[in-house]
Amino acid sequence: MSVNITLLVIMAALFAAGIYLLLERSLTRVLLGLILVANGANMLLLAGGGPAGKAPLYSAGIPAEDYSDPLPQALILTSIVISFAVTAFMLGIIYRSWVLGRQDEVQDDIEDRRVASQSSFDAEDDAEIPVETTEFTPVEEAEEAPGAQRGPSTRTTTRREKR
Amino acid sequence: MNVANLAPLAVVLPFLGAAMAFLLIRHSRSQRAVSIGTLSVTLLIEAFLLVDASARGTTAVFIGGWAAPFGITMVVDQFSALMLVVSSAVSLAVLIYATGQGMTDGDEDGPISIFHPTYLILVAGVSNAFLAGDLFNLYVGFEILLTSSYVLMTLGGTTPRIRAGVTYVVVSVVSSMLFLISIGMIYAATGTINMADLALKLADIDPATQMILHLMLLVAFGIKAAVFPLSFWLPDSYPTAPAPVTAVFAGLLTKVGVYAMVRTETLLFPGDRINTLLMVVAMLTMIVGILGALAQSDIKRMLSFTLVSHIGYMVFGLAISTVIGLGAAVYYVAHHIIVQTSLFLVTGLIERRGGTANMDRLGGLAKISPFLALLFFVPGMNLAGIPPFSGFLGKLGLLQAGVELGTPLAFVLVGASVTTSLLTLLVIARVWNRAFWRRPEDATHPDPILMSTSHDGSAATTSGKVTGHSTGKFAGRNAVDLLPRTMVGATAGLVLLGVSLTVMGGPLFALSDQAAQQMLERTPYIDAVLGEGATEAAGTTP
Repeated sequence: MSVNITLLVIMAALFAAGIYLLLERSLTRVLLGLILVANGANMLLLAGGGPAGKAPLYSAGIPAEDYSDPLPQALILTSIVISFAVTAFMLGIIYRSWVLGRQDEVQDDIEDRRVASQSSFDAEDDAEIPVETTEFTPVEEAEEAPGAQRGPSTRTTTRREKR
Repeated sequence: MNVANLAPLAVVLPFLGAAMAFLLIRHSRSQRAVSIGTLSVTLLIEAFLLVDASARGTTAVFIGGWAAPFGITMVVDQFSALMLVVSSAVSLAVLIYATGQGMTDGDEDGPISIFHPTYLILVAGVSNAFLAGDLFNLYVGFEILLTSSYVLMTLGGTTPRIRAGVTYVVVSVVSSMLFLISIGMIYAATGTINMADLALKLADIDPATQMILHLMLLVAFGIKAAVFPLSFWLPDSYPTAPAPVTAVFAGLLTKVGVYAMVRTETLLFPGDRINTLLMVVAMLTMIVGILGALAQSDIKRMLSFTLVSHIGYMVFGLAISTVIGLGAAVYYVAHHIIVQTSLFLVTGLIERRGGTANMDRLGGLAKISPFLALLFFVPGMNLAGIPPFSGFLGKLGLLQAGVELGTPLAFVLVGASVTTSLLTLLVIARVWNRAFWRRPEDATHPDPILMSTSHDGSAATTSGKVTGHSTGKFAGRNAVDLLPRTMVGATAGLVLLGVSLTVMGGPLFALSDQAAQQMLERTPYIDAVLGEGATEAAGTTP
């Protein structure tokens, strides 16, 4: 099968420009990029449908293999309609985004930024388990208590008694 | 009469219903009746289709009488019939939930009257994708469901929804473009887009070209199914939509992508050339997804990450591609659609009851509304895979298949899926501890709705009404029903359906194994579409 070089070159240009625009942050450019990529895809379908210049309609006396393939054209038609609808919708939400926030750029996800910047310490999950504040004297102190009459230890006992 | 001939109705009926609902846009009562009625009838028809498919195997319907590979073909086999029934049951429950919400709140969330027609079109698109017998019809099905999902995603046009909607639309359009480009290339290489015909003809072309086509389709479907590393868009865009919309997206849209992956892997590109790649991808999806879920404090975002993570299980089953592995994956898809949707619906209820979906700001819900706690607990445990729930059965099947395969990578995957399951349990337990178990006073900045009703005890909470709020979500409105019976009923129904997957585990596993068997054999599908003996005639009997 021979390939139409013109179609191929146009297709490549459309894809290249489209993908370049898609990577921009401005929504209008992203939309233009999507339109170009969609047209590039349609070109690809067309190029896949075989050489141009064959009979499109039935007429008696033409052998079967001399008709052009109608299927790619049907596919292109469907895909044009779909990309038309999606483009209209995109324009709608881009306009809405402009009305709401004077923004024509892809916005950051605030919650995502917040989660990314939070520390890995979580008060509820990771905090030290609070020390048991029991009313009774801990075991070690109880053992020490009779012999040890030094300052600090007496002070703690008195505090306990007060409480 | 052949029951399978009813298959196109699964697509046509929701479309007709959508048209009717659109005409009735000013009469909300009859609009609700029309959309619920349509979906119920569709579900009934699809149940017939499932019974028929499980008895007689694969059947093809030729639209307009044009035989394959020239006309549009719809194929009903066990897998697609099961998906149809599950998806319609889930969408019916979500519709009833949304109707309850709309009836209670009026037009709070923007133009609610457009919701019903758009929703029905979404269902039609999903059914069309499940039934499609050729690649282009699959593409059209995807486009129908995506376009209506764009509208549902940005319903009301508030700032966060527009922000999320832009990302979602651009990513979806790019994946659709990739799909369209691969269709163009496949047509150029083989001269057909009928899947059964392709199954025979793709084997004849150069293996390198086959690989390019295969990977392009895989990337296109991988974006839709949210497989890591193509899953970045999902947790960003899903949580901002209204609760019922997020629920149905989480349940259905990614699973349509998984369905398309399963179809292409089994029918178009059999063999194990990329199974290693799929296994690595499945493992990364599971682990990275669940680690993302651990960091979140918003329940909806957390659930979006678990959604991504559990897609990994299905890819795992697909990558094993033995009857038992694929069968478990089929069962897991059905289980996950139901469970993930019910969790999102419950989160919607939590958000109404507690005023927020941020688990740091919630508390004490188990005491305030024990039934809500039960509704969260059951699907939560189901998702984590605690026996006897269906999540356990599906995971058990996958693990069994992985161990049976016995390669080192398969064992790594088995380990990864057990870890993921445990981490899911941890994530669910975190929500449970914060939102349900601790006292409302311990929450940081609890919402006024939560506080106002928790103090005066059970009297105010049984009626579930809030009166005369000056702040918060329902400011300035009197007597808002916080937990309307319709919404709770729809959620409870879905939770029960999830539990019934365990009860019907035996027959369902038999059905999914049968589906997997037929998909791996390929001949039933090809013969049903192209006529008896087509496989032998082409000389490529697998």
